[in-house]
Amino acid sequence: MDFSFYFNFPLWVRLPLQGLAVILVLFPLAAACSMAERKISAWMQNRPGPNRTIAPIIAWIPGMGILQRLGIFQLAADGGKFTFKEDPVPGHVNKFYFILAPIIAMIPALTTVAVVPFGAYISSAGQLTPVILADVDVGLLAVFAVSSLGVYSVILAGWASNSKYPFLGSVRASAQLISYELSMTLSVLPVFLWINTPGSHGTLNLFDVVAMQSGVGLRWDSVWFGFTMPVSAFIFLVALFAETNRQPFDMPESEADLVGGFHTEYGAFKWSLFFVAEYCHMIVGSGVFVLLFLGGWNPLPGLPLHLLAGWLHLAGTPLLMGALGIAIFLGKVAAFIFFFMWVRWTLPRFRYDQVMNIGWKKLLPLAIANLIFYALAIALIQK
Amino acid sequence: MDNLLFNLFAVFTVACALGVVFNRNTVAAALCLLLCLVGVAGLFALLDATLLAFVLVFVYAGAVVALFLFIIMLLDAQGGTRRPFGRMAIAAGVLAAGLLATGVILLAGATGPAAPLPASPDNTLAAPAQLLFTQYLLPLQVVGFLLLIAMLGVIVLSKRFEGLEDIK
Repeated sequence: MDFSFYFNFPLWVRLPLQGLAVILVLFPLAAACSMAERKISAWMQNRPGPNRTIAPIIAWIPGMGILQRLGIFQLAADGGKFTFKEDPVPGHVNKFYFILAPIIAMIPALTTVAVVPFGAYISSAGQLTPVILADVDVGLLAVFAVSSLGVYSVILAGWASNSKYPFLGSVRASAQLISYELSMTLSVLPVFLWINTPGSHGTLNLFDVVAMQSGVGLRWDSVWFGFTMPVSAFIFLVALFAETNRQPFDMPESEADLVGGFHTEYGAFKWSLFFVAEYCHMIVGSGVFVLLFLGGWNPLPGLPLHLLAGWLHLAGTPLLMGALGIAIFLGKVAAFIFFFMWVRWTLPRFRYDQVMNIGWKKLLPLAIANLIFYALAIALIQK
Repeated sequence: MDNLLFNLFAVFTVACALGVVFNRNTVAAALCLLLCLVGVAGLFALLDATLLAFVLVFVYAGAVVALFLFIIMLLDAQGGTRRPFGRMAIAAGVLAAGLLATGVILLAGATGPAAPLPASPDNTLAAPAQLLFTQYLLPLQVVGFLLLIAMLGVIVLSKRFEGLEDIK
């Protein structure tokens, strides 16, 4: 297969196409997460979960019963329901901002993925090249910057709803998201202290982070950062849960005391946009965690992608090697999404004061101590 | 292309800045400020200062304006009945207008082509880091302490220390 004709297209054709392709993967993946959430929740609670939905025409095809019991078709049913049911706008809301909020939720959720690499291939020049939409030097900073804009959708939704529970939810959200951003940013600094060895040009690029975890065999630089910097990984993980509003940190929603939190007044398609955005944040956040601490697209510590591709005779074909890398990366992300849902049904929700205490009095000092420790250790090792 | 984008971002930024000033609704004004900052970040990005652009979005658009909104919502500050222009506001406005006029006149009066910009250092993170940790280390620390003092001031002013129960 020769795809070189693709590279003859002008840039303004290629870039939107690539962006659209990524969104066309991310969006259904986020929708599928909502399905997985229901099914996994069911398994955790020892009940079957959605297992009846099937379209009559499909039901005639033999063997579809297995998919039916797995709840695959529930996804289409849910999507259809959210799209076609009546979409009420309560009379007491601030209409413009009420409708704007779910749209704003989608923008950062779908934008952050642009600077996240999700695979690698060997280019014709023989160099390992990332599969990425926008390969910018500031990499992770761009992810943090754009995803931090996600808080506005929650704030606006709560404020525009003009009623007390959504308002409380959004006030909580703005305090919580800003609190945990600090720990999150501090926790990744050791990783970048380590990869920016003395004399390098300075980078925050996520591809370079994975490149530093791609050593071959039993060597010091083949260990994933999750093992050499477990505290960083832990702080990042906890902050990630808080930033994506997942249990046990889902203060902005917390059904038990705020009805539905910031989205109490929302229904139908607008409501589902909030959730697709939340799952997109989860997917991209898990992806960043995998890149930083779990070796990205490398299958095992000490066994980097280019070695595996070499064994499978795929290294010569960029397309297949890229696909292999993306498959491994998505596999790790999927495992991580499962972990998110596992935690949801394992830990009880924190109280709001506990969330603030954990964020400011536990996590932040821990992150600072961790940073100082690694700064000293890295200075000694890389002297 | 660059010119078109510059004009686009410049007009967008100024329009949003006007929105901040003229909006009666405080939440809408804060959101205009947010868009204004995004416009400025776009201008930085056009100048190849990607780092600065993203830092601006991260710190100001992502955190500072969110806190503005938090405060506005918490205090429910809707434009009151106070007269929009007090004596101080007029004095400040005249002063600002004077400064702006001086700047515009100086810029317009400058003849001849502008001096060529010094070659920008490689577009890497090392260059600004080098400057921050050598030439601008003292100003950076001073600004940091200023912010710390402001923060402590807020705590002292807003929290009543009655008895020692509060200070834990």
